[in-house]
Amino acid sequence: MTEKIQCTIDGKALTVEPGTTILQATQLLGIEVPLFCYHPRLSIAGNCRMCLVEVEGKSSPVASCATPVTDGAAIKTTTQFVRDSRQGALEFLLLHHPLDCPICDQGGECDLQDITMSYGCDATRYKFAKRAVPQKEFGPLIKTEMNRCIHCTRCVRFATEVAGEPHLGAVNRGEKTEIVSLLGRPFASELSGNVIDLCPVGALTSRPYAFKGRPWELTKVETIDVMDAVGSHIRVDAKGLEVMRILPRVFEPINEEWISDKTRFACDGLKKSRLDRAYVKNSEGVLKEATFEAVLKVVADKLKACQSFEIAGLVGDMVDTESMFVFKQLMSKLNVPHVDCRQDGVTQSLKPRCSYIMNTPIAALEEVDFALFVGTNPRIEAPLINARLRKAYAHGNLEVGILGPSVDLSYPATYYGDDPALLEAIHSGKHPAAKKLEAAKKPILIIGQAALRRKDSGRLLALCHQIADKYGLLRKDWCGFNVLQLAASRVGGLDLGLVPSKGGKSTEDILNAASLGTLKAVYLLGADEIDTSCLKDTFVIYQGHHGDQGAAVADVILPAAAYTEKDGLYVNAEGRPQYAHRACPAPGDAIEDWKILAHILRQIDADAAFNTLHDVREALFKAYPHLAKVGSLVKKPFEPFLDQITMTDKFSDGPLKPAIENFYQTNVISRYSETMAQCAKTFFKKNESTL
Amino acid sequence: MLSEKDRIFTNLFGEQPSNLKACLKRGDWDKTKDLLKRGKKKIIDEITKSQLRGRGGAGFLTGKKWSFVPKREGNKPHYLVINADESEPGTCKDREILRNEPHKLIEGALIAAFAIEAEVAYVYIRGEFVAEADKLEVAVKEAYDAGLLGKNAAGSGWKLDLYVHRGAGAYICGEESALLESIEGRKGMPRLKPPYPAYVGLFGAPTVVNNVETIAVVPSIMRRGASWFAKIGRAMNTGPKLFSISGHVNAPCNVEERMGIPLRELIEKHAGGVRGGWSNLAAVIPGGGSVPLIPGHLCEDAPMDFDGLEALGTSLGSAAVIVIDKSADIVEAITRLSHFYMHESCGQCTPCREGTGWMWRILKHIQKGDAKKEDIELLFDISQNIKSHTICALGDAAALPVQGLIKHFRGQMEKKLQPKDVVFKTQTPFVKEDAL
Repeated sequence: MTEKIQCTIDGKALTVEPGTTILQATQLLGIEVPLFCYHPRLSIAGNCRMCLVEVEGKSSPVASCATPVTDGAAIKTTTQFVRDSRQGALEFLLLHHPLDCPICDQGGECDLQDITMSYGCDATRYKFAKRAVPQKEFGPLIKTEMNRCIHCTRCVRFATEVAGEPHLGAVNRGEKTEIVSLLGRPFASELSGNVIDLCPVGALTSRPYAFKGRPWELTKVETIDVMDAVGSHIRVDAKGLEVMRILPRVFEPINEEWISDKTRFACDGLKKSRLDRAYVKNSEGVLKEATFEAVLKVVADKLKACQSFEIAGLVGDMVDTESMFVFKQLMSKLNVPHVDCRQDGVTQSLKPRCSYIMNTPIAALEEVDFALFVGTNPRIEAPLINARLRKAYAHGNLEVGILGPSVDLSYPATYYGDDPALLEAIHSGKHPAAKKLEAAKKPILIIGQAALRRKDSGRLLALCHQIADKYGLLRKDWCGFNVLQLAASRVGGLDLGLVPSKGGKSTEDILNAASLGTLKAVYLLGADEIDTSCLKDTFVIYQGHHGDQGAAVADVILPAAAYTEKDGLYVNAEGRPQYAHRACPAPGDAIEDWKILAHILRQIDADAAFNTLHDVREALFKAYPHLAKVGSLVKKPFEPFLDQITMTDKFSDGPLKPAIENFYQTNVISRYSETMAQCAKTFFKKNESTL
Repeated sequence: MLSEKDRIFTNLFGEQPSNLKACLKRGDWDKTKDLLKRGKKKIIDEITKSQLRGRGGAGFLTGKKWSFVPKREGNKPHYLVINADESEPGTCKDREILRNEPHKLIEGALIAAFAIEAEVAYVYIRGEFVAEADKLEVAVKEAYDAGLLGKNAAGSGWKLDLYVHRGAGAYICGEESALLESIEGRKGMPRLKPPYPAYVGLFGAPTVVNNVETIAVVPSIMRRGASWFAKIGRAMNTGPKLFSISGHVNAPCNVEERMGIPLRELIEKHAGGVRGGWSNLAAVIPGGGSVPLIPGHLCEDAPMDFDGLEALGTSLGSAAVIVIDKSADIVEAITRLSHFYMHESCGQCTPCREGTGWMWRILKHIQKGDAKKEDIELLFDISQNIKSHTICALGDAAALPVQGLIKHFRGQMEKKLQPKDVVFKTQTPFVKEDAL
């Protein structure tokens, strides 16, 4: 540990670690320094020259972002000299910048506008025509207006350093410098939308949001994303009844300040094909609009009329935990054994929480030095987990081995093959991965849903457990055994035990039984990712927000609110319960899922009354106290579960396949999003392992 | 005047061949092994004592630069990089060394590399120097074949590999950190300093970047002793130096002279005097395109060394003397220089990227007679905002000639201003730089 150094900033004394930049020191004191190119999560470029400060004894101003504090330095940030220097730099930045703020989408949240208010001149002294820069094509998500670019290179650095797709760059020299994408192709990255937030001016703006609204007209609600199981912190900007856009919120333990393109741009799917009225099939088998009360009665009557083993319940990917809790109450009141929250067909029903969550917290992934992926591609399954791992590669010494389909992770990885039998070789120590696991200080293993959906998943899971055991992944100070979930509701559902009880059927069996006619009623709670052709002859109650596959076979449709329209609790892949909040009202008659379920429950059992969300939460937290610690991660020691796994003798399901093929269209909202459809058309090529 | 026996570059004019045999005859590679036997500390001490200052332009003490290189840690290599990207307008001294005295450079590289414990040296040579690069490559091959490079170079026990790296013709790649970026295969853009190359340089390893001439004089200093070198010139401005004299002189030339020679003596003795006589002298740019000019009346006794020219508000730079006589339009001359800096700005940081073009346009405006008096003030203001506000020294290089022009030739600029009654055209089209 080297000694700390002293300095003064504007006369205030300060002690800092050696290597601290002047800018960081000023931020410690809360002194504001104007910035364009500097970003705390990107490398230092020092090219905008806006953050100039005066250091006593130096004749010229210094760029505070790039200069370390020297011992005894007297730094000044408010002198006339500093003001003049910054004004000079800003004048150069504005030289060729068009004065099109009134038609610029960045207007109102533009760094250049804000800083011009403090350091700008009233008129330009440049008497020549401004530079015109040819337009660039960055794809369906990013709208470019390159005349506005101030060449801060934040987007270039983001693409290279964080996204790992070095497809942006600056070409030409001097005032002819232009930011371009590689060969003029669209910027293909699952994190590409973040350059819109990074751009300090209006050069890169959101294409779907173009000319739709102004920041001051929007209601901003801080909530949680449900497009994947990461649970990114987002801000939903709504105008009236409409969600206009979604932006990331800074939350270090999960998403830092990035979000994936699906999280950001799928929100236009919330306006399409929504269920806003209750429907019930009439005697001719045609769905007719009906009042909520009437439909609820039909549902309750039907459920009451069926035997408990003739009913089944399936829960979808974006249902909040409260609704799942009420659903569970309803199903247990009816004694229904056939309940499953895993519509993708996973069958292993294991009790310990550590068997279905990421036991390594997302933030701790930065320290990992070896990662073994079994049937998972975090790049499209959980882009922000992949971004963390990329960080571990870029700033640490992460090595990755892939068991499964060969994929491009945006950082180098060793491809071992897609034969699950390799796990045995790793376990026995014959495989090179075994040596890596042995040598690594903080190794992890991530087993994906592609592995768990297999018929021989028990064998895979058991081998992974044994490997984790053998190679020190389950130490007291480090737990490296991880299961990566794909659905936002999954960990919550498994926490509640929404799996078949004794004698109950799992998803696949429910569907088989339905096609054989042994089931009389199937309740789909937002479940759409199933083979609905099996349900044609069964009475189907569909409760959800989009008229998708589930609604197509439904006999009764109950319109519900989507994730931006309700308060709810979601548990993310690492087991962190988080509150989502309502940003705008649901369309038409649609109401929150728990309310619908509570109504039905009341008709079946008048005592079990949930009148408010508060009631539901109270009962939920009483039954599952660990969910009450909202926002925090409850650390629990790893509980071995090897003996609970249902095993098969041999590997019976062929090579490992990808869990998700098309990153852009994985749930009802993204399937109905026009933007996501365009992305899929532009970036997704079937049978190619990249996006 | 420098006596014949004190000359270092005895084949500066290429009267003899440049091959190894001829170079050996001239005294290169003479007991190099013994020079290295003195040890690295002694070598650095000797260079420090000689007060050799970098010949590339900044004039940093070479011995001091070498002593900054930290102790070798672990397996991190050290690098020696020789800057042969001679693009400064008016300068052509390194070219002659590469053409006619390549073995002085290679021998100097071995001594310098040994002193800073580098086993690899790069010569970054300007892309336009095709013939020179070819010649240097031949010389390097000769040296390898003769055992002067490679393992056990010159029998010293030290290993040195020397690579000739050709640039692509960007002026900015002469800036040391941009040069390193270029060698690494990236776009030549200056790096932020600190960290300085002595700590974090080529491929992240400690690196010394020296000019061709600096390295080429090292063997002579080692052979003849620091005191011989320090005796020539005056304190802190020592040694013989190559001057490139061009412009309005009767006989433009490269010449080796003592440091501190008065400018008039230099021009009249070696370049045949100013065209039309000394009284016809308008101004001199004494150190390559990036230093401010000095008007004729200050040139009489101007001592051609670092401190002497600094006292006159300019600097020695690369010692490229550009003479401008009264027949020339001095404003046009500086406008052309300004265009050069606009064209060569790398575009990384704001003041230089945007300011150099702005300055050129205003100068062009003045040149055409479209400007007003306040435009000269504006021009000065812009140059002030560029100077010292940039990552590298190109900003200064672009601003200083303009400031020199305004300081010394304001009258000439004002003569070109538009008459008062003409209405100012506010919107002239964006002039493409090619339209010059």
